[in-house]
Amino acid sequence: MFQFEIDQSQTAYPKTSIVMNSHAILNLLPYQDPFLFVDGLTSITSEGVEGYYTFESDSYFYEGHFKDNPVTPGVILTECMAQIGLVCLGIFLLKESLSGSNSPQIALTSSQMDFFLPVLPGEKVRVVSEKEVFRFQKLKCLVKMYNEKNELVCRGKLSGMMSAGGK
Amino acid sequence: MTKDELISKLKAIVKPYVQDEEALEKLSEDTDFISDLKINSANLVDVILDVEDEFDIRIENDDMEKMTNVKAAMAIVNEKLAEE
Repeated sequence: MFQFEIDQSQTAYPKTSIVMNSHAILNLLPYQDPFLFVDGLTSITSEGVEGYYTFESDSYFYEGHFKDNPVTPGVILTECMAQIGLVCLGIFLLKESLSGSNSPQIALTSSQMDFFLPVLPGEKVRVVSEKEVFRFQKLKCLVKMYNEKNELVCRGKLSGMMSAGGK
Repeated sequence: MTKDELISKLKAIVKPYVQDEEALEKLSEDTDFISDLKINSANLVDVILDVEDEFDIRIENDDMEKMTNVKAAMAIVNEKLAEE
């Protein structure tokens, strides 16, 4: 069901090491309903990640955003992009230091986002994230979100601090 | 590079990340990036990356951990420049 491109030239780890799959990454996400905005990943390498999410029509925020005119809030789109583009990628990058069911310690530290199109209830989106830098535990990515017509919904830069944590 | 030149270069680098503008004006060798300038950990990484670009040096994890004040940053920059 999930296809994974593992680019061996980009990974310093030997081929025999256990490479994390989508399922393992999703299991380590420190979110749950109603604030989990990742359905699955389609590819992940040390350079970037692609994943998807469908905004269920009965999501709680549509009751208030807006009155009688449900549109997915920009902060929720940003959150979805951060969960796929930063956190899933961060877990993959930290895979050697994460053991068992240890969740990473994470904090969003900056976001700069431009929005181009609305996302309506029930829409499925695709998030594509490219790593710009991962040093001293800071991950910075260029992240884009597309709708099912493959139109750019929003685009921006997200940064977060992440460490294996484990306590 | 003189000490004053180095301090003024560091001051320009940290400026965008500083929360406490007054402390920035008074920046000296004894200024701490975190407690005085109120730079957060994510922006401290940006400072390090900008220092690398400005001086064309590479800072390793051990150095990064020490680079939390102006004096330590000056020492590390001078040490790296001397290695070249």
